[in-house]
Amino acid sequence: MADPQPKKLDLHRREMPKQPPEVRQHNFSEVALGYPIETAVEEARRCIQCKKPTCVFECPVEIDIPGFIKCIAQQDFTGGVSILKNKNCLPAICGRVCPQEEQCEKACVLVKKGGQIAIGRLERFLADWEAAQGVLGIPAMPPSTGKRVAVVGGGPASLTVAGDLIKSGHQVTIFEALHKMGGVLIYGIPEFRLPKAIVTREVEFLQSLGVELVTDFVVGKTRSIDDLLEEYDAIFVGSGAGLPWFMEIPGENLNGVYSANEYLTRLNLMKGFLFPKYHTPVKFHKRVVVIGGGNVAMDCARSALRLGAESRIVYRRSRQELPARLEEIENAEEEGVIFEYLTLPIRYIGDENGWVKAIECQKMELGEPDASGRRKPVPIEGAIATFEVDAVVCAIGNSPNPLIGATTPGLTIGKKGNIEVDEATGKSSRDRVWAGGDVVTGAATVILAMGAGRQAAKSIHQYLSSLP
Amino acid sequence: MFRILSSRMIVPNIHLLTIEAPAVARQANPGQFVIIRAEEEGERVPLSISDWDRQMGTITLLVMNIGSTTGRLAALRERATIPTVVGPLGNATEIENYGTVLCLAGCYGIGSMFPIARALKEKGNRVITILEARSAYLLYWEERLKAVSDKVVHITRDGTRGFRGHVGRLPEIIKGFDEPIDRIYANGCTFMMMRSSQASRPLGIKTMVSLNPIMIDGTGMCGVCRVRVGGATRFACVHGPDFDGHEVDWEELLQRRKTYLPEEVVPLQTSGCDQHAHIVKETVDG
Ligand SMILES: Cc1cc2nc3c(=O)[nH]c(=O)nc-3n(C[C@H](O)[C@H](O)[C@H](O)COP(=O)(O)OP(=O)(O)OC[C@H]3O[C@@H](n4cnc5c(N)ncnc54)[C@H](O)[C@@H]3O)c2cc1C
Ligand SMILES: Cc1cc2nc3c(=O)[nH]c(=O)nc-3n(C[C@H](O)[C@H](O)[C@H](O)COP(=O)(O)OP(=O)(O)OC[C@H]3O[C@@H](n4cnc5c(N)ncnc54)[C@H](O)[C@@H]3O)c2cc1C
Ligand code: SF4
Ligand code: FES
Repeated sequence: MADPQPKKLDLHRREMPKQPPEVRQHNFSEVALGYPIETAVEEARRCIQCKKPTCVFECPVEIDIPGFIKCIAQQDFTGGVSILKNKNCLPAICGRVCPQEEQCEKACVLVKKGGQIAIGRLERFLADWEAAQGVLGIPAMPPSTGKRVAVVGGGPASLTVAGDLIKSGHQVTIFEALHKMGGVLIYGIPEFRLPKAIVTREVEFLQSLGVELVTDFVVGKTRSIDDLLEEYDAIFVGSGAGLPWFMEIPGENLNGVYSANEYLTRLNLMKGFLFPKYHTPVKFHKRVVVIGGGNVAMDCARSALRLGAESRIVYRRSRQELPARLEEIENAEEEGVIFEYLTLPIRYIGDENGWVKAIECQKMELGEPDASGRRKPVPIEGAIATFEVDAVVCAIGNSPNPLIGATTPGLTIGKKGNIEVDEATGKSSRDRVWAGGDVVTGAATVILAMGAGRQAAKSIHQYLSSLP
Repeated sequence: MFRILSSRMIVPNIHLLTIEAPAVARQANPGQFVIIRAEEEGERVPLSISDWDRQMGTITLLVMNIGSTTGRLAALRERATIPTVVGPLGNATEIENYGTVLCLAGCYGIGSMFPIARALKEKGNRVITILEARSAYLLYWEERLKAVSDKVVHITRDGTRGFRGHVGRLPEIIKGFDEPIDRIYANGCTFMMMRSSQASRPLGIKTMVSLNPIMIDGTGMCGVCRVRVGGATRFACVHGPDFDGHEVDWEELLQRRKTYLPEEVVPLQTSGCDQHAHIVKETVDG
């Protein structure tokens, strides 16, 4: 077997093949194609296998990064998968959507020289390699403890809790409001960034371990948390941040003004781009403006483009402050999304039929840093820009859905509508009820939701083990 | 999968479906709705729960066949299954003892009004029900509503039963009752609820309507069901569906409901059923 440690530092980060922009503009297939085996091995061999791996310290779930990379370098992919899955049950998903440049890769010792290891791409490579082998190995399961746990919501936080607890021998049932499991991974993040087949595969894996999946069940409506507590020993709430914000500016209820959730759900969950084969309609707009600068805004703008629109992002700060992942900003730029920086919408203008036809914006400049440390955008007096549009997508954020808080007496809800929990354990103010993910933190990331799920699962397991 | 136990057309274009959905039946209350999907590729559409049987675990829906999903539902026969029935969603109608209550119901709203009238009656209200239809042959569930009302009155567009015209005649009808009305509930198409609210406003009688904007999830996630009520944006699925009809921005609601009209006509045309296309046109023209 080849020596995994080359003599000389190789700072040449291996590129991952992508669909060319002029092709992918017109399809919903995945943009990034993944490393071929040889490239993955080459990239893995660049890792210098640090004794004190700084990359691991920055990983929210502490994956043994040098460990799995070494396996790839030695072409022991099975070994790599098992190291990876030790800490991360959804590697094919994290390898695609985690903000690695802000986490592990940012901490890689080679970052100073501009040659940080492509940890995310390698993670994705292993997960995809495993999937390509066909059968997923089912781990040996412990005997049943007879304890029952209900998990609310089918997003990444919940999937992690369910996986961890079933592997500890507890019975787990997930209740999901929509007709498909996966949370934002299914209804929000588009196919071209995260193929739905991957999410479905992970969900089916949990099912094969014995997790019971109940879709079309709204906790707080179909049954309350208190009802569920009568049947289950513990409950985890991972209901996410689903309630869209609007800007409360004139014209916001005109036809053609969408929330990002509506726009993306029609496309992803309901497969509206295949209308009329799928029965949920979407509009093929000519000019779309997306408001916001995060991953959600990028996803909307790139979706609009794929539906044939001229697509524009309107963001009130500058490119530097865009909260979206760099890779996705670059993808959007390559594909032809137009960016209007330092621009703040102040009014939507409608036509005689109640459809939005233009959007009026205030031009901004960057002033002093604000509480978040970012320079605050301030209006430039009299500088108004108007864009003609036939649709606007509002992607400025979401807050937790109030449904569970409103129907669960004694559950402490924070100022932002979030469920308040003990940070270390995820324990809520209600006995036998834990919570984690976006419903606790507000809109965050997949890996943080999974991290919260893992912590809660540990605490729930401790509690269940203490029961007679 | 949810099983259809029975399905029949009770008057032209309105179908009564009984569906096995024990979890929904167990929690259902007057004024709430479910979201269904008629098949895997299907759209999610909201339908009011018109009745339920907690013991049998069944719910009753009254479906007006106006488009692709309602058309598919109408075509389903006994024992067929559909993939999604989720609920009960929305808030239950507020039911107190108000005194004398007027229940105004038209088209599929006759169904959803039935449990409301029943609950109002049980709370000790005097219940006067007004059933509205284009023509007498489109009226249904009269016996059921009679059983829970102190009085039942009819309005038909063509005068084949009761008063001739539409709910715009409300003021004179109320005058004829010779008794004060303390509150009005209106369930039906958007036009009917709007007209009811317009007619009752000068009389100063609080009028509750059950709004029916476009929906997707029904849990407050997508924001498509937003309506302006009293100047504020509300989500009909979580804040409603009942709102004070005098506060609703009707024009905006009517407009927003038309968003997908051109698209919805495509499957109708391709399915070759011009009767439906005709109905869609009629409803839109008001
Ligand atoms: C468009 C978009 C793009 C994103 N891109 C990225 C990215 O690139 N990288 C990244 O790391 N993060 C990204 N995020 C954020 C990430 O997806 C979320 O932080 C993460 O999904 C949160 O996981 P969760 O398990 O807490 O909740 P969610 O994924 O929101 O799942 C919650 C689930 O609970 C269900 N639910 C809610 N209420 C109830 C109830 N009462 N009863 C039953 N079920 C209920 C919901 O239907 C939903 O399925 C993105 C988010 C969006 C919207
Ligand atoms: C809370 C709530 C409760 C409802 N309860 C019922 C019920 O009990 N029974 C029932 O039959 N319907 C009910 N509706 C309306 C029902 O959801 C719609 O009629 C249905 O979504 C139409 O779906 P479709 O796919 O068959 O029609 P589509 O293919 O979507 O086509 C319908 C088109 O016709 C137009 N249209 C004309 N009249 C209506 C109308 N009354 N409602 C909606 N669209 C209309 C719309 O603009 C739409 O584009 C309710 C709606 C809400 C929000
Ligand atoms: S910090 Fe970089 S070089 Fe060091 S072990 Fe981690 S990935 Fe490899
Ligand atoms: S239907 Fe989506 S928020 Fe009401």
